[in-house]
Order: sequence, then structure tokens, then C-alpha cells
Amino acid sequence: MPVPSSLERRYRYLYKPLLFTACLVPLGGCIGGILAGGGVAVPGFDLGADPVRFVLDRLAKTALNLLFITLLVTPLRRLSGNAQLLRLRRMLGLLAFSYALLHFLVYLGPYQSFDWREIGKDIVKRPFITMGFTALLLLVPLAATSTDRMRRRLGRLWQRLHRLIYVVAALAVLHYWKMLKHEYREPLIYAAILALLLGFRLWHARGRPAHATSRSEPPRAPERA
Amino acid sequence: MLIRRPSSVRPSDITPESVYLNRRSLLAGALAGGALGAVPIAHAVEEAAPAAALQYQRNARYSVSEPPNSYEQITHYNNFYEFGTDKTDPSRYATALRTRPWSVTIAGEAEKTGTFTLEDILRPHALEERIYRLRCVEAWSMVVPWIGFPLGDLLKRFNPTSRAKFVEFTSLADLKQMPGLRSDVLPWPYVEGLRIDEAMHPLAIMVVGLYGRELPNQDGAPLRTMAPWKYGFKNGKSIVRIRFTSGQPSNTWNTAAPGEYGFYGNVNPEVDHPRWSQATERRIGRGFFASRQKTLLFNGYADEVASLYQGMNLHRYY
Repeated sequence: MPVPSSLERRYRYLYKPLLFTACLVPLGGCIGGILAGGGVAVPGFDLGADPVRFVLDRLAKTALNLLFITLLVTPLRRLSGNAQLLRLRRMLGLLAFSYALLHFLVYLGPYQSFDWREIGKDIVKRPFITMGFTALLLLVPLAATSTDRMRRRLGRLWQRLHRLIYVVAALAVLHYWKMLKHEYREPLIYAAILALLLGFRLWHARGRPAHATSRSEPPRAPERA
Repeated sequence: MLIRRPSSVRPSDITPESVYLNRRSLLAGALAGGALGAVPIAHAVEEAAPAAALQYQRNARYSVSEPPNSYEQITHYNNFYEFGTDKTDPSRYATALRTRPWSVTIAGEAEKTGTFTLEDILRPHALEERIYRLRCVEAWSMVVPWIGFPLGDLLKRFNPTSRAKFVEFTSLADLKQMPGLRSDVLPWPYVEGLRIDEAMHPLAIMVVGLYGRELPNQDGAPLRTMAPWKYGFKNGKSIVRIRFTSGQPSNTWNTAAPGEYGFYGNVNPEVDHPRWSQATERRIGRGFFASRQKTLLFNGYADEVASLYQGMNLHRYY
């Protein structure tokens, strides 16, 4: 078993926990705001006049941003040559999923008051909610197969399954765009970034044998990263 | 003249009510370096005069008994895209709006047209306080204690002719004061309109104040309309032109998204927005865990206005 390098140790014990904590700040802010009763002018915890909308939107935006940061990891790794960055990818992806799930739970409860008929109608009748719900559903198998063991068991299938993340990202951007009343600039920026990232992936995948996955992983012993 | 103001104070010196009321917390916050709403500290130490108090009578007949939302909520959660599309943008940027001097142009199918000063527009009208429901098309709502007077009383002064079937309201669109105009989110200027009988209905008011004082900028100062049985977007803010027309005006949201926003904009739980249901609404101020409320036909004003729409297909004319 190779001795972990100091770079590996730094990533595992310093950068990852720090990044994890940073990713929890939006959630902490929302919880703090809810606890503060909303509308109280405490800096950073003011959810404004419509706390449900604020929290719903904040969770959604964080999920979307984490999703895109997750997609950035592989191109960054290729550009920098730093394989340790991949340690962060799973954590970021799972955090994105967690925020998306929380966003959905706030939609079900505080936003829709658990009115299952209205929720059912929304998911079926409103295309942008159908897309958002589908994106969340697709994240479930990705989250479920995120462990090292699942990755080993699935082998080649794992890589193909996890390409779904691009479908999820596209659906998420469309969900966001169609939720806005009439604005389009922000979703357009996300779409452009997604197109760039997808382009980057496709360009690197051309002419490569399908089982090249092992080369994109840092050498590590089979422990939990 | 019902609007009283010490003559030594220039209109530009008048601190917005929200700034005045919050001056101590603003100062404390600025000292603590807190990230409060972006009203610059300079305003808090200028003239201490609050927004002018108005003389008015409470109109109980047209007021709802529900408790109104707080001044803080009504003035810090606004859709006023001329100042930005975030709900907090208007309170942040509308301080740039100069509401004096102000004039309104009356045009179109009427005997008396021309440009009138705000004082001439408002002088003959006794002010009333009416506590109205406000229902936004986005499915949230508030209860607001507006100060104003019947819109019909104003319009009648200009003797609209028999060709005047509609009234069109145009809002200010001044790039120098309104940063949101740089965005093409909506075609500018903001235009709204009412059928002449809607405009003459006793429920329709011209609003000049809120909570007993002059209207704050972010709520559409110095004058804006309010037809409470319609979605909020139907009410133009900071009005500079009123035009009597024979044809139906092209209201801005209908121009921007005709499949989603019509001309009438009547609150109707049975006519969904294409992308969300209008059957329920979220009442602002009831907190994170409050459940949604059922939306009422014509926002609860069906008894007063349903007769205006007898026989009209409300699904087709939304």
C-alpha cells in the first residue's frame, strides 16, 4: 500500500473538509434565517419578506452552482495535471444532490403546503417542473452509485451512467430558465458554460478507448476517499 | 391644498420614510460594518424630516378587515423592474427617483388635454385610506393600506369623449434615474390600461400614499393606480401620462409574453398561468411555515366587480 503523499494528505484532511464547510454556508444561512424568524435585520440572516421563496431559490442556486463546479473538476484536472482534484468531485456532486433534494423538500412543504394534488399537477402539467423533477430523479442513481464499491462493481457501466450528469445539468438550467418570469441572461450564461464543458469532454473523448477510466483516477488504496 | 409640507424643506431633502424610521439601526449597522440594505449612510444623517404626512379619512366600506402587512414588507418586497428585477432592488435603487417636480400629460379622446403639474392633478381630491388586498401574478399577496382617491373622479375632470373606451397609463422611463431600464427584460416604458368602466369603478383608485404618508419611491411615487381585483402588474407606477383611447392599449406584460399575461389580468383561481397554478397564494409576512391560502375570484372583490364581466369568457380574456 503506497504511503499517501503530503499532497494527498493535504487534500484529504484540509482542502476537502474546508470545501465541505464552505458548501454548507448557504444552508446554514437559510437555517439561521428561518430560526431568526425571517425579516429580522440581522446581517446575513435576513430572508426578506418572503422567506419561503428566498430559501427555495437559495437552495436551488447553490445546487446548480455546485453541479457546475462538479462538472468543472475534470477539465481542471486535465489542465492542471493535479489528480487530487478528483477527490473533491464526489463530495461536490453529493452536495449538489443534497441541495437539490432540500430544494425539492422545501417546494413540497413550505412552498406547496404538502398539497399533493397541486404538486402532482405541477409535475405533470408544468414542463419546467417536470424537467426539474426528472433532473432530481436522475441524480438518485448517480448518488447511489457514488461509492468506491459501486464503482468497482459497475466498471465500464459506471462511467457511462455518470455521463447522465450532463443531462441533469441541462435539465436544471432549463428548469431555472422556465421558472423565471421573463429574464433569460443568467440561464443563458449557465447554458453557455455547460456547452463549453460538454465540448471539452467530447473533444477529449474523441479517439479514446472506452475503458480509459482508470487513467483519470488518482492511484489510491481502496479506502473511503 | 391637502398635502402639507413645511415650505422651507425642499422635496429633494425629504428622507424616505423607511430610511427615517430605520435611521438608528442604519447608523448602528453602518458602524458595525453590517451588510444592511444598500441605502447609503449619507441619507441617514441628512434632513431628519420624514415623508410628508397626509390628511385623509379612513374608508371603511372599501377596506378589508384583514391586518395589513408591515411598512417594512410593503416597501422592501417590490416588483418595479425599472430599478432591477430582484425584489429588493426597488428599495435599494429607487432613492434615485426624483418625484418633484412632477407632471402628468393627459392625452387622447378627451376635451381637456395637456400637461398638468402634480399639484394640479391632486389638488381637488379628498384623500381616503383604503386597506386593499394586493395579489401578484407570481402567486403571493399582501394587504396594503393605500392612501388615494377614486380614479374615476380624476378622469372625469378631463371630460373623456364617447370615443374613449379605454384608459392607458404610462410610467416614467428615465434612464438617468432608473438603472433597470438598461435591461431588455421588458419593453420600456411600462404601459398599462383599463377599460373605461373599470377605470371609473369606485374600487379603482389613484394612490399617493401609504400608511398615512406620501408613497415611498419603490412603491410607485408620486402616483400610481390600484385596481385591487386585478393582478398587481395591472397597476402602473410613477405615472407620467394618462391617455384616453378608443382601442385596447397594449399593456407591457401582454406585449412581452402574450400567452401568459393578458389585458384584463383579473385575479381568478380557475385560470392558471401557463407555468403555475393561480388557485392558491402565499401571504407575505406569515412566515416560513405558513400554508398557502386559497385565491379568491377577483381577489375577493367579486361582489363589487363581477358585473363588469358578465358574459365574458374569463379563460379567453385573462
